[in-house]
Amino acid sequence: MINLRIDAQPADAVATPSENGQTDAILMTRSLNFWYGSAYVLENVNCDVRPREVTAIIGPSGCGKSTFLRCFNRMNELIPTARLEGSVVFRNRDIYDRAVDPVEVRRQVGMVFQKPNPFPKSIYENVAYGPRVNGYKGDMDEIVETSLKRAALWDEVKDDLKKSGLALSGGQQQRLCIARALAVQPDVLLMDEPCSALDPIATTRIEDLIRELREQLTIIIVTHNMQQAARISDRTAFFTVAESGAGVLVEVNDTQKLFTTPTDPRTEAYITGRFG
Amino acid sequence: MSAQADAVPAANVWRPSQARRRWSGWLFYGLAVVSTLMGLVMLGALLFDIFTDGVREVDWHFLSNYPSRIADNAGLRSALLGSLWMLAFTAIIAFPLGVGAAIYLEEYAPDNWLTRFIQLNIANLAGVPSIVYGLLGLGLFVRWLELGRVVLAGSMTMALLILPLIIVASREAIRAVPDSLREGSYALGATRWQMVRQTVLPSAAGGILTGTILALARAIGETAPLITIGALTYVAFDPNGPLDIFTVLPIQIFNWVSLPQKEFHSLAAGGIVVLLVVLLTANSLAVYLRYRMQRRLQ
Repeated sequence: MINLRIDAQPADAVATPSENGQTDAILMTRSLNFWYGSAYVLENVNCDVRPREVTAIIGPSGCGKSTFLRCFNRMNELIPTARLEGSVVFRNRDIYDRAVDPVEVRRQVGMVFQKPNPFPKSIYENVAYGPRVNGYKGDMDEIVETSLKRAALWDEVKDDLKKSGLALSGGQQQRLCIARALAVQPDVLLMDEPCSALDPIATTRIEDLIRELREQLTIIIVTHNMQQAARISDRTAFFTVAESGAGVLVEVNDTQKLFTTPTDPRTEAYITGRFG
Repeated sequence: MSAQADAVPAANVWRPSQARRRWSGWLFYGLAVVSTLMGLVMLGALLFDIFTDGVREVDWHFLSNYPSRIADNAGLRSALLGSLWMLAFTAIIAFPLGVGAAIYLEEYAPDNWLTRFIQLNIANLAGVPSIVYGLLGLGLFVRWLELGRVVLAGSMTMALLILPLIIVASREAIRAVPDSLREGSYALGATRWQMVRQTVLPSAAGGILTGTILALARAIGETAPLITIGALTYVAFDPNGPLDIFTVLPIQIFNWVSLPQKEFHSLAAGGIVVLLVVLLTANSLAVYLRYRMQRRLQ
C-alpha cells in the first residue's frame, strides 16, 4: 500500500503543516531550531499536533526525531550543551517561556522511553511514583488500579502488585511504564520508539493500547517502523536530514495521504524504500 | 577458489605455534595463582600468629578492666569504649558530609573546570598521609577550637581523613545508577531533589553504605593521627561522651607492644584480636548490606 506512485505535489506544504488553516492544535512548534553544542540537530521545524490523535514521527536515523519529541516536555535541557531557539506552544502557551516550570510541563506531557525503564521498586510503587511526587493526596490504590487498567496490565499483575517492576517481561515492563505515565493524568503522551525493544506479540499489545488511549489523550510516537506508523497513527510527520546536517520536517499530513500521495519527492523516496 | 587453495603446497600453509602459546598461558595462570596465594598465606600466618598469642588473653576480665602497670590486671575497657565513641561520632560527622558532597558533585554541580578541580583534589586528599590529618586536627580542633584531647576532636580528625573515601565511594555508587531512571523520574514531573531522593539514593544506597562502612573500618584502625592529637594517654575511666579524654584500641596495642615485659606483648596480641573482630564485623556488615540492597532491587 505504500508503493503507490503519484506525481509529486509542489512542496509548499512544508511550512504550512495545517493545510486547511486549522488552529485547533494542542501542540505547535514555530521556527524550532536545536543544537547539541555545535551540532545542528533541528532546523526550522514548524509542526502542529492535533488533540486526541496519534501523530507518528518517521524518518531515517539521525534526523532528530527523538530530539524533536523531547522538545515537547523539555527533556532535552537535561543535557548541558543543548540549545533551543523558536517556540513550542502547548495550549496557547510557550513552554520555553521563562515563567514556565519544566516540572509542570512534564506533568502534563508524559513520556515513554525506547527501553522500558521501570524503577527498581514494586509494581504498585512504580505507578504511585508520579502521583506521589506531584503531591497527590487522594486514594492511591484507586489511581494505581485505574492506571494499570488503562495500560491493559491490571489483569496480569493485580495479584502481585508488591512484586518488583523489574521482574516483569519486557512488554509488561513497557506497559508498566505507560501505566506510570498515565497515573499523573497527562494531556499528551510522548513515545520514543516504545516497541523497538519488544517482540512482535508485545508490540501488538502496545499498538492496541495506543489505539485505545487515543480516545483519551494526544499521542506523539517516534517509530522506525513505517508499517507501525501506518497502522496506529492518524497523522504522520516525515523528517529527514537536510544539507546543513540538521533534521528538517519534510511534511506532515494525514497518515493515509502521506503514505499514498506524498507531496514531497523525499517523502516518496523514503516510504517506497529508495532511501533511508 | 577452492581449487586454487588446494593448489597451495602444504609447506606454505601458515601454522601457528600452539604449544608455545599454551605454555605461556599456563605460565601466566601459575603466576596469578602464586600472587593470590602470597596474600592469603601472609594473612593466614598473621592471623595464626596473633590468635595463638592473643586469643587466650581475650576474656571478660580483659574487656572490662582498665589498663594497668601490672599485666595480670590490665584490660582494654577504656580503649574499646574510646574506639566505639570515636567511631560513632566519626560516622555522624562524615556520613552526611560525604554523601552530601557526592550528591552535589554527581547530581547538581555543573560540568566545569571548578567541579573538575574539586574532584581531582578529593581524589588527592584520599592519598594524603594520615599523620598530616593528625597535625591538622591538632592545630584546628584541639588548639584553635580549644576542644582539647577529647573524643570529638578525634572524631572530627577521623572524619576529615575518611571524607574523601566516602565521597569517592558514594560518587561511584551514584554514577552507577542508570540515567534512564533519572529520565523516567523527571518525565513524571519530579523535581531534581525528588528525583535524587526517590530514585537515585535508593538505588545507590547499597554502594554508599558499603563505602562508608569500609571507610569507618579504616578509621578504627588508624593510629597516627590520634597519637598526634594526643590520644596517647593512660585512661583509667570510661569515656562517657564526646567531650571526654580518650584513647583507642590501636594506641593501647601500640602502648603494650612498646613495653619491655613479655606479658604485655601477649596483651597486645589480645588487643589485636579484639580490633580484628571489630573490623571484620564491620566488613561483614558491609557485605551483608550490599547483598540485601542488591537483592531488593532485582
